[in-house]
Amino acid sequence: MKNINYCVIEGKSVGFFAGIAVSGLITLLGLWAAYNMEHHGHVITGMTNQIVWGMPHIFAIFLILAASGVLNVASISSVFRKSLYKPFARLSVLLAITLLLGGLSVLLLDLGRPDRLLVAMTSYNFKSIFAWNIILYNGFLAICIIYLWFMMERRLQRYYPTVGLIAFVWRLILTTGTGSIFGFLVSREAFHTAIMAPLFIALSLGLGLAIFLIVLLIDCVGKQCSMDVLERPKQLLGVFIASVFYFVMVYHLSHLYFTGRHGIEYFFLVGGGIYTTLFWGGYILLGTILPLLVLYQNKLMNNTISIATASLLTIIGGFALLYVIIIGGQAYPIDIFPGMEVMNSGFFDKPENGLPGHLYIPSGWEIMLGFAGIGISALLTIVAVKVLPLMPCSIGDVESNNKD
Amino acid sequence: MNEETSPTQNRRDFLKTSAIVAGVTVAPGVLLYSVSQAGTTNVSSKVRWGMLIDTAKCAEDCNECVSACANEHGLTEDVPPAVKPQWIRKVGLRDKQTGKEYSLPMMCQHCEHPPCVDVCPTGASFKRDDGIVLVDRHICIGCRYCMMACPYKARSFVHETLENQKPHSPRGKGTVEGCTLCVYRIDNNQEPACVEACSKNGHKAMLFGDLNNPNSEISKKLKDVASTAVRPDLRLNPGVRYQGL
Repeated sequence: MKNINYCVIEGKSVGFFAGIAVSGLITLLGLWAAYNMEHHGHVITGMTNQIVWGMPHIFAIFLILAASGVLNVASISSVFRKSLYKPFARLSVLLAITLLLGGLSVLLLDLGRPDRLLVAMTSYNFKSIFAWNIILYNGFLAICIIYLWFMMERRLQRYYPTVGLIAFVWRLILTTGTGSIFGFLVSREAFHTAIMAPLFIALSLGLGLAIFLIVLLIDCVGKQCSMDVLERPKQLLGVFIASVFYFVMVYHLSHLYFTGRHGIEYFFLVGGGIYTTLFWGGYILLGTILPLLVLYQNKLMNNTISIATASLLTIIGGFALLYVIIIGGQAYPIDIFPGMEVMNSGFFDKPENGLPGHLYIPSGWEIMLGFAGIGISALLTIVAVKVLPLMPCSIGDVESNNKD
Repeated sequence: MNEETSPTQNRRDFLKTSAIVAGVTVAPGVLLYSVSQAGTTNVSSKVRWGMLIDTAKCAEDCNECVSACANEHGLTEDVPPAVKPQWIRKVGLRDKQTGKEYSLPMMCQHCEHPPCVDVCPTGASFKRDDGIVLVDRHICIGCRYCMMACPYKARSFVHETLENQKPHSPRGKGTVEGCTLCVYRIDNNQEPACVEACSKNGHKAMLFGDLNNPNSEISKKLKDVASTAVRPDLRLNPGVRYQGL
């Protein structure tokens, strides 16, 4: 196999400076939002004592899942020894690091007491899946940094597949942990199921690959990039979209089978207002049917546009799915008194004003904070590819490598 | 003579004054220490505090327990209802099959196996040896995972800056809180404020006591009448039980 040459990006283009400026601005706006949420309290957000995890959590979990999934490209090259993906392995690990940092930043800044980060890092309740996740996230960052180092250091190349294997196993455990944050909750019907872990793993693979492809396509703007090399990832994206759909289907079918859970299913699929709309319109139509059509109906559009469109739709669909499950799962009232109808309550035991679920309108602050996660990830990625040789010097290198 | 006794007298005075000064200096510290330790030194797993609520005696239009709790703990901030902390609430229920209606107070059920304690990443949610489930506001990071985990919706998040806090019941913006069973009152051999208010109004729907003591009034009554936990299927063994539900 031919050696692949890696380069730093030139960093003089309008695109580079525009990228820095836009991601920097988004990050600053998010930090301003976080300051206001800290100063005034969460009363300025749309979150309440009913919807306790809101829009920032959707962004955070979206980014954490994508971080785990984007590492797949490196895993395929080092664990499954597919040389096709090797030129992109460094970028894959870099994105895993930056996306995770973006997601964790949002999670941290949304805390009621973000100033107590040190407490969170030093005072552990080892029975808490949340505490396990803190260890898993930190471990993932450390492993990814070592992985990247071993990739870039020729003397350590022989250990690189071993680290790749550790990273591969670790990220599966990590996403299992993220899914189990919800799966372990006995209190809420929407969450209490073991399928949350594999569903999140499938979702992470889809989101991660979609983001990776978009970053690669952005890098190709204005260059002569042949997209033949993306034929395999394109097929893989289709497989991941179908996998997520399979787990979502099993999730709903199992709920529909249990008589006691017909209420939550009716809420999600028929009478849940915004959540029903987002499920059918956002996840099923935009996030599943359309990208599969775009990917597999070659007559519809050319390869580059079809991959970009399908990736974007996958991201939109994944985001909608997370919103439906996480926010919708809280909006559906907890069944504290099975067999009883709540006539009145001093603490929102039933939704107000005849609504199907508890009301949640995300505030601008929350959305700004959420986007800051993407801003932080983008900013770190742009700076890293400017400083370190992480991108293949030319797609020509990639193609000749694949022909060998 | 005076010249001979004077030094002795002075030494005696000095020692006496020193003893008084030392006593006055140290005593409040000792006293405060003993007060501050009152909540922990007397706590024993031999005791398990709990409550029996008789839904037949709980009047539908009465809200005294809720008002007493709000006054006791200073839950008086003027915020929108959806974000207002509520440590205890009144709930009106109707049996879907029979149509029978119930009225009852709902609060932290002080579970033997509390999910909020299991999920708390820092250990801020904890259970005292005597069964009271509390939040340590010093290490609560405000992640709200306990609120996601509680099947009784018993916890609230403090969404805004607080004023006029009660010294005996400290709270904090950005942290989670819930019914403490008025732990400081219990440590001073008093009943929780809600129980006291219910009795004062003549309803006597709330009976508080030691579930582990077979001679306590609550244990005797639990042995005598049919009672149930809310969501017994979860097997959390709450310290709060309901009669007539």
